[in-house]
Order: sequence, then structure tokens, then C-alpha cells
Amino acid sequence: MGVSGSVEADAPTRTTGTAISPRRPGQAANGPAVEIAHLRKTYGPLVAVDDVSFSVAEGEIFGILGPNGAGKTTTAECAIGLRSPDSGTIRLLGLDPQADRNEVHEIVGVQLQASALPAKLRVGEILDMYRSFYRDPADISELLDVLGLAGKRTDYYKSLSGGQRQRLSIALALIGRPKIAVLDEMTTGLDPQARRDVWELIEGVRDRGVTIVLVTHFMEEAERLCDRVALIDNGRIAALDTPSNLAVKARGGKSVRFLPSAPIDDRVLTGLPEVSRVEHEGQHVVVTGTGELVNAVLFSLAAVGVTARDVQLDSSNLEDAFVKLTGRHMDKEGLTT
Amino acid sequence: MSSLSLSLSLPLPGTARRAAFGKIVVNEARLAWRRPVGLLGGVVPILLLVIFGELPAFQHAAPSLGGLSPFDVYVPILVVFGLAMLATFGLPIPLVTYRELGVLRRLSTTPVPPSWLLAAQAVVQLCVALAGTVVLVVVAVTVFGAAPPKNPGEFALSVLLSIAGLLPIGLMIAAIARTANAASVIGRLAFFPMMFFAGLWLPRELMPAVLLDISNYTPLGASVEAMQDSMLGGTLPVAPLLVLAAYAVVFGFLAKRFFRWE
Repeated sequence: MGVSGSVEADAPTRTTGTAISPRRPGQAANGPAVEIAHLRKTYGPLVAVDDVSFSVAEGEIFGILGPNGAGKTTTAECAIGLRSPDSGTIRLLGLDPQADRNEVHEIVGVQLQASALPAKLRVGEILDMYRSFYRDPADISELLDVLGLAGKRTDYYKSLSGGQRQRLSIALALIGRPKIAVLDEMTTGLDPQARRDVWELIEGVRDRGVTIVLVTHFMEEAERLCDRVALIDNGRIAALDTPSNLAVKARGGKSVRFLPSAPIDDRVLTGLPEVSRVEHEGQHVVVTGTGELVNAVLFSLAAVGVTARDVQLDSSNLEDAFVKLTGRHMDKEGLTT
Repeated sequence: MSSLSLSLSLPLPGTARRAAFGKIVVNEARLAWRRPVGLLGGVVPILLLVIFGELPAFQHAAPSLGGLSPFDVYVPILVVFGLAMLATFGLPIPLVTYRELGVLRRLSTTPVPPSWLLAAQAVVQLCVALAGTVVLVVVAVTVFGAAPPKNPGEFALSVLLSIAGLLPIGLMIAAIARTANAASVIGRLAFFPMMFFAGLWLPRELMPAVLLDISNYTPLGASVEAMQDSMLGGTLPVAPLLVLAAYAVVFGFLAKRFFRWE
């Protein structure tokens, strides 16, 4: 393998290549990529997943978010057929992961939590082997380029950094050119730069039409990447919505606090679709609402000749949503119970 | 996907399937080569053979050994030594390591079932075992003048049944052990008593009747008995071959029952 290995592209570069586009791109969309209905899974007396239902549209990045032990991984493992559910139905592009195991393994790429590889195999040898498992696999060189591992092809697995191992693991999830990728805690243990690189990579993969199911306990990741998020707590879905809508639900939305240059009639603001409530705190006005709240408020004030001073914006995030919905707190890295 | 069963409904077309299995075997062979402890079972018996071949005291026929020289007696014991190392260390340790690392779990999310890795591992171990046995017997005969097996067919049968009896014991070790360290401890606990009854320290010819009786029913004792009988010629060593077949069946069943992919 004549790769010089001197240059390492650390940041994954977005190329327009077809390395990781899904297979059979011409296939028409017949409903959701992932459909889970009333999923239940118990381990002895422990109910790990209880009546979980959601569906993921093709090309969507869907997050399963929750604290450790909430049932996220069990949900994902049932979805990919690693575990058989006690009850409920799971369909991946119409296929049953238990009955249609072979087809499902062909179209679903999986990156499992804490799954290592033999220390003394080279990156290229690992990829070449996994590539041979699929009918229509991706090109190894292109995949390595996209993942920023181009110079690492002849390196032993054991010599890779944590971030490189993680990216190789993602490469293995993508090497079969899956239509759905299920990624479990893909940035755990990565430094912030490596984490951002992986996020960018995942967006690139989605842009190529791959549906992505992301299992994470990392709030920032879900907010940054996911189109929609299912908050799972104690085996149940506590909430399911876009990250910003979840945040809105949690705190009654964003609020903007300002000092108007002249007294205003509340109706100027309450008539706006973005505004849900207007309150006065002394001289200040506090407007609560959703969407492009600040723009809407400032624009309406300008229309009646009032300017806003001392503007303070308070927006809640997914973190607030989680605390509100589950009564639990989390630390910077994730959630603690 | 929890019990030990080879998936028969395979996803890839025939040629692609063979190619995929070939790639796994090649990578397993690379790993065995790069982690040479995996090949010790093939090498150590040959080193011992050379040492025993150089010891003058080992070359004289002894009445207590039924007219054989100690060197002659040790040839089948060393063959068995190699097979036992591969079964108790060579097979289970990589398997348990793969389970510990999550390699088997990852594999079970691909179109290729994790049983292929086990099969590939067995192929590599089998090749090392057979190559080690052939080299050992050839060196013993050509370099040190040991008598070649009088009945090569029966000798080959004895070797194959020994492998068939020993590999499921290795799988059973992989089934019991949760970590690679535990596997190597259990492997040693199995290896040394079994090698004792094979006659490594006290050849079977010198064992008291009680020990010999026990030895006849241990896998390595039966294995040495079958190989020795077929080397000396004479009738088919039915009893030890049956013992080995029984180990293959019983441990095969137990391993299938208790082996876990994760």
C-alpha cells in the first residue's frame, strides 16, 4: 500500500464525491426511513424501553437524547436488530430488522458505543475487510479523504488517536453506503475540535441523502445537528420536537427585555404572531414569544417610532428543556441523574 | 444472535461470500503473525523436540517404556502439546478479546455474522496446528531418526479427532471467560493438568495404574494413546478415539449452549 502517510488532513473536507452517498439513489421514498411504534423492551424486572414511538423522515438527522440508562441505546439496538423487542413494531425503509436481518444489515450502517478493533490491524486492512461484506460498498480512498484519515491507511489501529479511531468507526458505519446510519455516542471522549469536525462530517453525510439517527447524551450535539429530537427518560419519550421548539416549550419561549424610548401601547406587540406575552417590569418591557422574536419586536417598535435600549435576550435551550421535562439536571458534558 | 450457531441464510452471493470470508481469514492470519504469542503452539513443541533430540539420555530404548526410547515416547506428547496450546490459548484468547473489544458486536451489525470470525479463527488455528504437527513429525523422523508412523492414516485420524475434541474445549473456555485475562488463567488451569495426563512430566508408560486409568479418559491422554498406537501400528485405537469423539460432542454441545457473542 503505497501511501506516504506524511500529510494528515485533520479536518474532514466536504467533497462532492459519491463516496458515501446511499445505495440505489433512484429508489423512491415510500414513507419514513425509520418507523418505530409502541416499542417495549424489558430485562427481567427492569423496563428499559416503554411504549416508544417515533418516525424519522428520509434525509433527516434525528436525535435520541437522554441520560445514561434512559433507554436510548436499547432503543437503537432494537432498531438495528441487535436486540429483539418484547413488543412493538420497527420498520427501516419498510423492513423488519428481525425478519429481514440481511437486507437491513445491507442498508443500515451502525456505529456502536465503545466498540474497538484489533490493535494490530492497519486502517486499510480493516476497511478492506469490512468493504468486502457489502454488495455495493464505498470507495476506501474517498471515504478516508472525507473523514480526514487519508494519511492513516497503513497505520495500525493502536497508533490512532481517540478522534481518529472514532472517525474510523464512523467510516465502518458508512462503508456499505447505507441509506440509514445509526450512530451511538459518536463524539464521546473527543476533544472539542475533533467533535466539531465530526459534526461537520455528519452534516456532509446527511447532505448526501443519508438518514441519520444519533444517540447522544450531549446537548450541544443534539442542538447543533438534529432536525428533531426525542427526549427519552426512564424508557419513555418525554418530548419529541425540533430542538428550538423543545426549548420554547420548556420555558414558554424566548424573551426579550428592553427599555423603550417612549411609552408604548402593548397592542403594538401582542398583535404579532411571534409574541405570546407582554409584561412590564418598572420602565422595562419583557416580551415572551417564539421564532424571530427580536426582529419582529424591533421592527414593530420602529414602525411606531420607538427605539429599544438596553436590549437583553434570554433564550432557553435544550438543556433547559430537559431539566423542565424530566426534573433532572445535567452537567456540561451530559446529563447526570 | 446469542447462541453459537452459524447463520445459514447468508446475505452475499457465493463468490462475494468466499471473498469476504477470505479477507477475514487473511486478517486473522496477519494478527496471529503480528501477535506471535498466537503461534507459540506451533513453535514451542518443535523447540522442545530439538532439545529432546539433542539429549543423549533420550536416545536409548528403555524396557520400562516398552522398548521405545524416551525420544520416541515424546513425539506424540509434543504433537499433543502443540494442539493443546492452540486449543486452550490460541483459539479462546482472540475470541474473548474480540468480544471484550466489541468486535463481535460490530460485526453483527454488518451483513456478515460474527460466527464467520470464529470460523476464520478456527481455520487459522487449524492451519497452524496441522503445519506444526507435520513439521514436528517430519523433523522427528528425518533429523532425529524417530520411526515414522506405521499407520499414517490412523495417525492422521488421531490428529484430526484430537483437534475435534480440543477445539470445543477452547470454545468452552471462551464461553466461561469474560475477559482475555480470565481466558488465559482458565486456559492455563486447563492446559497444565491436561498435559500432565498426556505424560509431559511422567510418560504414560511410567504412570501408576490409577493415573493411567484417569489419563485414558482425559482428552490429551486419549490423544497421546491414539497417536502412539497408530505410530506403532497394530489395530485401530478405538477406545481413545471414542473418548476424543465424546469430548468433541459434549464440549461442542456445551460451547454451543453457553457461548455468547456479547
